[in-house]
Amino acid sequence: MNANRLTELRPGGRAVVCGLDAAGDMRRRLQDMGLIQGTEVRCLERSPLGDPVAYQVRGAVIALRCEDACTVRISGGAAHGRG
Amino acid sequence: MAGARTPQAGEICRAGLVIRKRSEGDKIVALAGNPNVGKSTIFNALTGMNQHTGNWPGKTVANAQGYCARGDRGCVMVDIPGCYSLMAHSAEEEVARDFICFGKPDAVVVVCDATCLERNLNLVLQTIEAAPRVVVCVNLLDEARKKKINVNLPLLSRRLGTPVVGAAARGGEGLEQLLVALDKSLQTEAAAPKEPLVRYPAYIEDAIARLTPAVSQVLSGGETGIDVRWLCARLLDADESLLTSIRTYAGVDLEREPVASALRAVREEFARTGATEEQIRDDLATVFVKTAEQLCRDVVTCEKERADRRDRRLDKWFTSRLTGFPIMLLILLGVFWLTISGANMPSALLAKALFGFEDWAAAGLAAAGAPGMLIDLLLHGVYRVMAWVVSVMLPPMAIFFPLFTLLEDFGYLPRVAFNLDRCFKGCAACGKQALTMCMGFGCNAAGVTGCRIIDSPRERLIAIITNNFVPCNGRFPTIISVISMFLLGGAAGIMESLGGAAILVGVIVFGVGMTLLISKTLSKTILKGVPSSFTLELPPYRRPQIGKVIVRSVVDRTLKVLGRAVISAAPAGLVIWILANVQAGDASLLAHLTGFLDPFARTIGMDGVILTGFILGLPANEIVVPIIIMAYTAQGSLLELEGAALLNLFVQNGWTWLTAINVILFSLMHWPCATTCLTIHKETQSFKWTAVSFLVPTVCGVVVCFLFTTIARFFL
Repeated sequence: MNANRLTELRPGGRAVVCGLDAAGDMRRRLQDMGLIQGTEVRCLERSPLGDPVAYQVRGAVIALRCEDACTVRISGGAAHGRG
Repeated sequence: MAGARTPQAGEICRAGLVIRKRSEGDKIVALAGNPNVGKSTIFNALTGMNQHTGNWPGKTVANAQGYCARGDRGCVMVDIPGCYSLMAHSAEEEVARDFICFGKPDAVVVVCDATCLERNLNLVLQTIEAAPRVVVCVNLLDEARKKKINVNLPLLSRRLGTPVVGAAARGGEGLEQLLVALDKSLQTEAAAPKEPLVRYPAYIEDAIARLTPAVSQVLSGGETGIDVRWLCARLLDADESLLTSIRTYAGVDLEREPVASALRAVREEFARTGATEEQIRDDLATVFVKTAEQLCRDVVTCEKERADRRDRRLDKWFTSRLTGFPIMLLILLGVFWLTISGANMPSALLAKALFGFEDWAAAGLAAAGAPGMLIDLLLHGVYRVMAWVVSVMLPPMAIFFPLFTLLEDFGYLPRVAFNLDRCFKGCAACGKQALTMCMGFGCNAAGVTGCRIIDSPRERLIAIITNNFVPCNGRFPTIISVISMFLLGGAAGIMESLGGAAILVGVIVFGVGMTLLISKTLSKTILKGVPSSFTLELPPYRRPQIGKVIVRSVVDRTLKVLGRAVISAAPAGLVIWILANVQAGDASLLAHLTGFLDPFARTIGMDGVILTGFILGLPANEIVVPIIIMAYTAQGSLLELEGAALLNLFVQNGWTWLTAINVILFSLMHWPCATTCLTIHKETQSFKWTAVSFLVPTVCGVVVCFLFTTIARFFL
């Protein structure tokens, strides 16, 4: 299994979360947003300055800065590139 | 926060909140939910109150409570700040958790967003675990219908084992059913030990079983209303803030025996089996997400695969690299243009009417034999300042507030935060600061309170200190009138209002630039740190309810702000009249004061009178210009204050375009008004940070005005 980072997902791409590296409060926050192992994430849009990036998670749209998105490990991303 | 106050008669203190019951039999109902699910709308509808609502997460930051009468008894409704989880991360989520878990509410209504039900169920499940009576309200059904999302409410109710009511609160749909369900739920005895809805992994269930006897023993002493199973699970989570809250609000010390030894035994068992703390914490949190996913299966069905196509299309416009910023500036320009061009005429008419009344009343009072001094004091002192405030402030506010509220309702503000976040990250600040700045447009005090949505204390302080760089609505009229008098030259008609709006946009952009510069400076000096993690939710766009927005924003916001302005303008008019008319030595007190300030004011391109206006305007920024006018007229001659007369008055007193620009700059950057200072102290609980918030914009204003004046004079 190739463990990519959520930051590698391009707008339009989909992937499945396979783990979190964040610690403490942020880990819990991401989990509360529904980002747990097995969750499908879709990358929607970069902000005008490239960061943060909007992701669709369980029907909601969440913006994450690259430092935070970087802590989310994904599998099967990048390959899909269609919006 | 309310908790700092001691409860008075008829009030009880619950988990740090003071609850005001009207009679003994009143029930306490907490209104919880994720941010931005329409909680405030439901709260307003049930209590007849007018909490401000808007389509962005974190709108409700202060705790509001209202009363909902139902037959012979009533409910005290407590609107809790929006939260995603009861496993708190931020100060306001802690407030929510403490009230639900330790405030002993008779029932909790959890409001959910039907278009995003699965994520919302996370909080529902956690609440059901912690509280005895829960009613679930699936709101925004109208939005869900538009997106062809169907929610099977009866099935959800069966699965959750709680009443579930569907609602579209903005249209009033489902509110009566919610009250009926709530009544029914309140009449039932607290359910006998219910079958737990959420099942943890076996090793955690074992641990809970082992902790249960000890925890029950500790809790049995008093009426704490705390659920034993919930508490056992949270103990495994080892959350410090929770233990503190339990000690404070429930008077239960869980670090005592027998809980301590039971917990120790459980932890030893975990260590033996190799369960790491991280794994336990993960399992405790993810079980809710997984359960929510299972519960939602077949409950939520979507006819179209991509229900959010329209939202994504709009986001492409509002947040893309090419169009994101231009559209943001155009919207700002449009709002200001409508405000300025729309306000001109009514302002002039109001001024004519109000000042006409002054002459008429003066003549009337004189005829009735009132003493000349009294007429002078009441009409030329108090009344004139109030008339100016009303005629200059009311029209722009009555246009600006509804427009701004429409943007808010539509869901545009989180996109501003999304677009600007990169800049704030560069300053080691939080992107949500953009939201608090938007609130500052209305009122800086509200903006400061709004800073609670920022989790990191360091970033919250930065947002509080810099909030004043956004001109509040009390300063807009000053800036607008100075722009239109001095900076537009001979421009007329549409060019005049467009030019004014463009300059105003420039002023705002400059203010945002200062915000970023100062944020960065603070991050590098007294508030050192790195940007913290945060998540920003971009809610779906909603069609604003135009009629309702206009009525609400005029009635609630415009009149409220105007009322405050008039209330502080009246005594200020009195003070300034007395200062201008009491002689000390060879001149009036006012002349002494302005004369004293004059040399300093000149170095920053203004004059003593203007600086006096800013100083006496401390209670409310709205009255700065009226004070300046009063001071000039008290020493001079002019009485008519419409249109060109005002310009003439200023020009006679030595104003040039340089003075005008300095007044605009200083208006943008000087001390926060008294209300804002008090709010800052309340929020930071610190004189030091209040002083910093007072000094930072003031020093910036003085420095910028001084530099600008010096450079401009050098070239002239």
